[in-house]
Amino acid sequence: MSELNKAMIEQYRNSFLSEVEANVEEGEWVKMCMQCGVCSGSCPLGKHWAHPPQEIFMMIRAGKREEVLTSDSMWMCTSCYNCIVRCPRQLPITHIMHGLATYAKKLGLTPKNQPTAKFAEIFWNNMMKKGRVNELKLGLSLYFKDGFGPGIKEALRNKDLGMKMMKAKRMAAGEFFGGHGVKDVSGLQKMIKKAQELEDARMKKFDEPEASQDG
Amino acid sequence: MAKREYSYYPGCSSQKGASSSNLMKSVDTMCEELDIQLNEIPDWNCCSASIGYASGSELPRLTLSARNIALSEEHNKNQEIVATCAACWLATKEAAERLKEDESMFAEANQALAEAGLKLQNTTPIKHMAEVIVEDIGIDSIKEGVKKPLEGIKIAGYVGCQTNRPFGIAGESFENPMYLDNLIEAVGADAIPTYEKKVQCCGGALAFSEPEKSQEMIKGIIEAAYDNEADMIATPCPLCQANVEIYQDQINEKYNTKFNIPVVYYSQLIAVAYGRSASDAALDGQLIAAKQLEDVAKK
Repeated sequence: MSELNKAMIEQYRNSFLSEVEANVEEGEWVKMCMQCGVCSGSCPLGKHWAHPPQEIFMMIRAGKREEVLTSDSMWMCTSCYNCIVRCPRQLPITHIMHGLATYAKKLGLTPKNQPTAKFAEIFWNNMMKKGRVNELKLGLSLYFKDGFGPGIKEALRNKDLGMKMMKAKRMAAGEFFGGHGVKDVSGLQKMIKKAQELEDARMKKFDEPEASQDG
Repeated sequence: MAKREYSYYPGCSSQKGASSSNLMKSVDTMCEELDIQLNEIPDWNCCSASIGYASGSELPRLTLSARNIALSEEHNKNQEIVATCAACWLATKEAAERLKEDESMFAEANQALAEAGLKLQNTTPIKHMAEVIVEDIGIDSIKEGVKKPLEGIKIAGYVGCQTNRPFGIAGESFENPMYLDNLIEAVGADAIPTYEKKVQCCGGALAFSEPEKSQEMIKGIIEAAYDNEADMIATPCPLCQANVEIYQDQINEKYNTKFNIPVVYYSQLIAVAYGRSASDAALDGQLIAAKQLEDVAKK
């Protein structure tokens, strides 16, 4: 179990809702859910969620920390924003689902080999290297995400598509060597590092007053 | 038409040799015709789309978009930002709004930006190119400039998700937006206002990580276009375009279908209808050739 996970269990042991409110993007909205279920019915991948958004909200309030944070569910979000525009109380549901996914990953609770969690990480790392996405390398890292053997198989399976994309000039072999990027890579990386530090400090801030009251 | 100028955020997929280079090229052509000058934001970066969230949490993500807005405010002063990619537009506009609502987050974003020598004012409007067409120029004016109406071509207008939600185009409904159909009619083609999959999700980034689940949805989008006797599908979104066009072979293999329907951009329709060549309209960027548009371009 990660240290951060241990610390957070200790701090919020009786209130998963408070933990979500403090640490999850837009988490302060969770208590506003009125359990109508429109979000669950509106989700294009709804049938693939073990617990659709409405249920996730209920489970957060019921303190089902482990079940929520280790769930595969929020990783099914395609960011279509159907739930947001239909929610009668205008909860930013998409962002809360992203926020739960981010938080679960930070605590090391994401299910192993969850493909979207893996892809999202590949995407972020790819983009952070040069400040712009290198689509060729993104595709290749995705093929090889499960190792070399499956990677070759996957690359061969998609070979025809790749050739067609190159022919249409919508994929460039040259991207493998260098490729597009911003000029001020170091400035961009310093900026993101700083933003991360500020956000981590923000999360730690909740330790102090609350912890002393609870303890 | 009076000349208009915007600060342009093309995004990663609209670069040379990238997956929507055909959007980039046809947008350039369209803007020449509509007398729009696009001034690219110098050194713009990726917005992290709607998939970066797993590793990039809230403030780092907002800061990425803040950098683009700050660069625009510094170099393209007093110009509205225009994005052609749904995800770029959404991320940038979302960041601008959240940083307006939350003063402490705004202060922290500026602290981070200072590391790159930048400062965010956050007073710049963020627009999608579709808003420029519909609101700034107007569909009636688009119609006036048509030289070669796309007569007899039946087109399913596929708006998709992020061009439409959560912001969308003012005055349009989230569930049944009409502007793309109106635009299709304006360039002389036949719209299908009752195309029921016009705002159906294609899977977005999950087309890569969850191909089976996404391709099931893409199949529905294409099937409905055929059911409505569409000759082609048109969309404003680069990921919608790619997802709906490029997996047709894989879907055919899995579901024993015979899909082979072109998927084009609204900007390509305008470019051809305004009399530009197939190459200017980037029709050579299709994986499934839009033969009827090529024929009009040749006329």
